[in-house]
Amino acid sequence: MWLTQVLINALVLGCLYACIAIGFSLVWGVLNVINLIHGSFIVLGSYLAFGLYQTLGISPWYAIIVAAPLFFVLGYLLQFLLLNRVINAPVLVTLTMTFGLDLILNNAMIYFFKADYRKLTLSPPMGSVSLFHAVVPIDRLIATVAALALTGLLYLVLRRLRVGRAIVAVRLDRDAAVLMGVDVKSIYAVAFGLGAALAGCAGVLMALVYPISPLTSSTFLGKAFVVCVLGGLGSVSGALAGGVLLALVEGVGTTFLGPEHATTLSFVLLIVFLIVRPQGLLGRKGFE
Amino acid sequence: MTRSNAALLVLLVCLAALPLFGGAYALRLGTIACMYAILALSWNVVGGLAGYPSFATAAFFGFGAYATGVLLNMGLPLSLTILLSFVTSFLLAGLLGAVLLRLRGHYFAIASLSLVEVLSELVNNATDLTGGGMGLNIPLASGSGIMADAMFFFYAMWGILLATAVTVIAVSMSKLGFGLSCIRQNETASGMVGLNATLYKSIAFGLSACFVSAAGGIYAAWVHYIDPSDVFDVLYSVKPIVMALMGGLGSPIGVVAGAFLYFGLEEVVWRNYIQIHSGVLGVLIVLLLLFLPHGLISLRPGMFRRKAKHV
Amino acid sequence: MSEGASEILHLDNVSRRFGGLQALRGVTLGIARGEVLGLIGPNGAGKTTLVNTICGVTPASGGTVTFLGKNITRIKTYQAARLGLSRTFQIVQPFAEFSALDNVAAAALFSQPGESLTSAREAARAHLAFVGLEAQATQPAATLTLAMRKRLELAKALAMKPKLLFLDEVNAGLNSAEVARATKLIHELAAGGITIVMIEHLMKVVLNVCTRIAVLHNGQLIADGAPRDVIKNPAVVDAYLGQQYAQRNAAGV
Repeated sequence: MWLTQVLINALVLGCLYACIAIGFSLVWGVLNVINLIHGSFIVLGSYLAFGLYQTLGISPWYAIIVAAPLFFVLGYLLQFLLLNRVINAPVLVTLTMTFGLDLILNNAMIYFFKADYRKLTLSPPMGSVSLFHAVVPIDRLIATVAALALTGLLYLVLRRLRVGRAIVAVRLDRDAAVLMGVDVKSIYAVAFGLGAALAGCAGVLMALVYPISPLTSSTFLGKAFVVCVLGGLGSVSGALAGGVLLALVEGVGTTFLGPEHATTLSFVLLIVFLIVRPQGLLGRKGFE
Repeated sequence: MTRSNAALLVLLVCLAALPLFGGAYALRLGTIACMYAILALSWNVVGGLAGYPSFATAAFFGFGAYATGVLLNMGLPLSLTILLSFVTSFLLAGLLGAVLLRLRGHYFAIASLSLVEVLSELVNNATDLTGGGMGLNIPLASGSGIMADAMFFFYAMWGILLATAVTVIAVSMSKLGFGLSCIRQNETASGMVGLNATLYKSIAFGLSACFVSAAGGIYAAWVHYIDPSDVFDVLYSVKPIVMALMGGLGSPIGVVAGAFLYFGLEEVVWRNYIQIHSGVLGVLIVLLLLFLPHGLISLRPGMFRRKAKHV
Repeated sequence: MSEGASEILHLDNVSRRFGGLQALRGVTLGIARGEVLGLIGPNGAGKTTLVNTICGVTPASGGTVTFLGKNITRIKTYQAARLGLSRTFQIVQPFAEFSALDNVAAAALFSQPGESLTSAREAARAHLAFVGLEAQATQPAATLTLAMRKRLELAKALAMKPKLLFLDEVNAGLNSAEVARATKLIHELAAGGITIVMIEHLMKVVLNVCTRIAVLHNGQLIADGAPRDVIKNPAVVDAYLGQQYAQRNAAGV
């Protein structure tokens, strides 16, 4: 009984984690940039959902449709106008650049929305459902399904669409892609835009599950790190595997060591994975 | 010794005269400026010389602050606690470095960033020892008046800065510094000429930690109260990088100049735009990286122009 | 094949696998002191892998490597360098920002115990002069021509006072005058008593310099012996040299 509850929780939470991480993983894999704004994008997405629901009564399910294009444009412009200028610089520079951008966005959110925690509560509340004897809140379950759908959608985009194929080509071999006539800089912008759109949508879903505050952005970012490293970089299946593994470790850690040690455990796991298996569970070796 | 290193030492000696000209407020600013310079110079050993993008500075700053805070609460004298945290952080970082510095590029950056998170969580959870999230009160070290205190902590921080600068200059002229430079330029070739890269990187990581840790200790004693979110703030990892980039990677005087300039800007922004100070810092970072990627030192035509290697 | 005490390096059944690729299959080979061994074979035969395996870059997954009576199979690259195994890279590996002098000084400094930065720079000067780069001593390595960088590699390798020197395609990409110059340097080194293993595609150079030839094909040693015998070996002709070369050679070129 106890075990099923832990497993179901891990599965549900794992899909949400995958959704948090997938955009981050895409940007890291394709652009070789660690995007530190990712956490703040997610929070901004949550605020969007919150604002739409509070002021216009638009349900978060529809908010996704608004968030995706908005965040895509935001990400596209950011990459096209700023990040592309330093994209070939050393790690240190791109990393510090995204840190600077994150400071700006996060500060702006604190300035406009204040730092206190808000909660998006659906009225009437949706209650919970029993799955294999385990109790799962319905809104969380729907968020999970939506997260899975989003990840699946990205998979389809990368597989089926022309621009998706180009993104994969750039990820696998940038120089060869250039020779094949791919405009790398605009592919970078598209990939970054997609990453931002995924972050924004993830944020909308997170609004249903977690309290909203600019202060939570680093938590989301930390989860994205861990999921990427555990699962392996730049693949949809890797993000899912990493998400579920992280959720499982946190669940088991919370049960045996107490909730206060769960985060420590996940970061220790991150460092161990980096050293022992840097390619992650499903990643390919030798690809940075 | 090169002229720029000599200039750095002269600059530091001049800084020691600050108490002659300013009151307690000026001393407070001077203390923080020294602290920033320590962080930046230390980071430069592993980030600038060896070319590894370390984000672990905050981990060692927090480590030193808590080691000192806890030991002071046990009744040890300040000098001994600083010495202890200096030595243990060197050894700890050396050991961690031997493992973590096998990673390169982003992976190393993330691992070093995670180190901050792990230490912070550990301190957060060791409530009995550290007070956890409630923070740790630290007994007054001297308590003989505001001005005397300000003077004491300024000179303590300045002394550590001087020690850092002398060490960093000595390293840059030594076999160690030469080897770290080899590692930055071509790690494969370094091994092939007989350089024990693991050992060198470990020492570099240790050096980048011990002075930071000592500075963290002085800071803790100075402010009397620390909590994990304060001393393990990731900004302590990022600011030294910004300072070093501002001044010019690798050059000690450039890095210290970058630290002072950065601190000046931060102070102005803090005082005038407290609500948006971190956003302004962000704008500053972005502008710096876009328009002055090789730092102030690159403005001097021809000299010290070094291209940062891809890491 | 084993010549006991006169052997400087001995490989016993050495294998190396990269995932699914078996790059070296049971290579057994002895190298005698003072020898100049030519290591030839088609691209992808495993020549560079063999050198990497000996020098500790990619340690053997099977078999043993013995150098001067010491088992060095699991050795680290820097330890190999300090023991007197040095090499040049097929793709040159300079410290790009350093001057030519400091490049060579680094090699002297880290491979010799007790060397100081000053004494290493002095030693470096002599080695630069030997390869004819004294005029470029202060120039950053990144600004040197390919031929110069190849000679810089050689100077670095020599500064390590090698007992066994691996030359990985030192002539690739050089024009004929440069090749002649490099060949002359190799002759001088061999005369100086350094044991040399050279990977080389120019058969003219191999036949001119080497006292013995070993041929690798698909990670296996398919021939090993005196140059005149090896180039007539049908397996070698098939795998590497080609019929035309054999006929030309038989005609007495």
